[in-house]
Amino acid sequence: MIYADQAATTRMSEAAINTMVSVMKENYGNPSSLYSFGQRAKEILEKAREDIAEVIGASPEEILFTSGGSESDNQAILSAAELGRRNGKTHIISSAFEHHAVLHTLEKLKKSGFDITLLDVHENGIVSPEEVRNAIREDTCLVTIMYANNEIGTIQPISEIGMICRERNVLFHTDAVQAVGHIPLNVRTDQVDMLSASAHKFHGPKGVGFLYARKGIRLSSLIEGGAQEKGKRAGTENVPGIAAMAAALKEAADHLEERAAKVSALRDRLIRGLGQIPHCALNGDAVRRLPGNVNFCFEGIEGESLLLLLDDKGIEASSGSACTSGSLDPSHVLLAIGRVHDVAHGSLRLSIGEELTEEEADYMIQFVQEVVAYLRGFSPVWRDLCAGKTRFIL
Amino acid sequence: MALYSEKVMDHFRNPRNVGVIEDANGIGEVGNAKCGDIMKMYLKIENDIVQDVKFETFGCGSAIASSSMATELIKGQPLSEVRKLTNKAVAEALDGLPAYKMHCSVLAEEAIQSALEDYERRKQSGE
Repeated sequence: MIYADQAATTRMSEAAINTMVSVMKENYGNPSSLYSFGQRAKEILEKAREDIAEVIGASPEEILFTSGGSESDNQAILSAAELGRRNGKTHIISSAFEHHAVLHTLEKLKKSGFDITLLDVHENGIVSPEEVRNAIREDTCLVTIMYANNEIGTIQPISEIGMICRERNVLFHTDAVQAVGHIPLNVRTDQVDMLSASAHKFHGPKGVGFLYARKGIRLSSLIEGGAQEKGKRAGTENVPGIAAMAAALKEAADHLEERAAKVSALRDRLIRGLGQIPHCALNGDAVRRLPGNVNFCFEGIEGESLLLLLDDKGIEASSGSACTSGSLDPSHVLLAIGRVHDVAHGSLRLSIGEELTEEEADYMIQFVQEVVAYLRGFSPVWRDLCAGKTRFIL
Repeated sequence: MALYSEKVMDHFRNPRNVGVIEDANGIGEVGNAKCGDIMKMYLKIENDIVQDVKFETFGCGSAIASSSMATELIKGQPLSEVRKLTNKAVAEALDGLPAYKMHCSVLAEEAIQSALEDYERRKQSGE
């Protein structure tokens, strides 16, 4: 099997697995317990907090453990909204291609009276800092822009946006779920106020993540109960998961540059190879993109059938086609960069990691080429395009 | 659990009656690229019997499988039987489809009925 869906989830690293198992076996105490066995679990928890803080340039007390990216996004946005409402500020700026954890939270706020501006992400899939600046109003309480897009991998000008928000004294949150552990980032130099991350995207376990919130930002809690996480997230901490997340992140950070270089080269090899297919287009900026992200639209075919046939060849990938989402609309990300429905249905995302070899990349290129040609062979859409009855879009 | 039944996967992997009939006397096309599914059916009808049928489909796995199964169900059948073909029959012959994919079987039924209408229109206009 060639696993090319690393943006969906990743394999846990050996270090993460070993840490998790050892904490489960030997340090299963409750960090809130007074006796030394509980306090040992507390030490593990606080060490993980320190390690994670160090990787992203934060202080340990600025890290809040959560169940993952979605919870972190919800908590960051709802906290900023709560602070804004108290000061009569009910305007939030975001972008059209955020993760649904952000977009659906914003929709909920809209229903309770917030005004939401979703910025254009342009054809290259990148938000313009100038447009952020122009969108900020007197009543803006939050700007939330993702660090890197989960579908098309485009990296946003986060430090530039951070600088603008700091100048204008507006809170800035970034959903960095796809970026943490994959590209260098630092919350201080990026001038980010809040940042969401999820362990399973960087070889940690599923169901655990963190929210960075700059000191002084008052978070609202989503879960009420005990006093864990300074009262901002009740419930006994997932100590094995958190310790494993820290181990995974440390390892990812230690190897970040070499892995990014290797994976980017494979990405570019795939982009060159797949770009040979007639009437296709790379989605998102070719350079300002995550090391492991390849995303194409192929005209005249539909994505789900492409995925099923690639699966038969042992290639696991994903698509922004409607048929893979259970709705009639294709991916909101592809629509946001201006792909029309007709071609957005024919998209393929390969998200690769450092385990991929050049041979496997070439194998994928070969089979994607073959499968696209096969499906076009009996596509009435392709026939009409080739016969000149309809015009090629790509 | 697999997304599709073995039968759906079989008809998706090895679609029957794929292609074009150059001298078809009934052609129907339904769906649109905006929704992500288009089916085109070609019928060759002689003596009120479907002598040959072929299809082309742009769509997901269940759309391709539904087209393939629908062609199998009507090939060699008299028009009186073909007119009775329902999407339910297509879905049942495939050992069922996920609820949100039932529209694929509807499309297959519509494509065949549309090709039949085209045949009857041509017959009336004496083509």
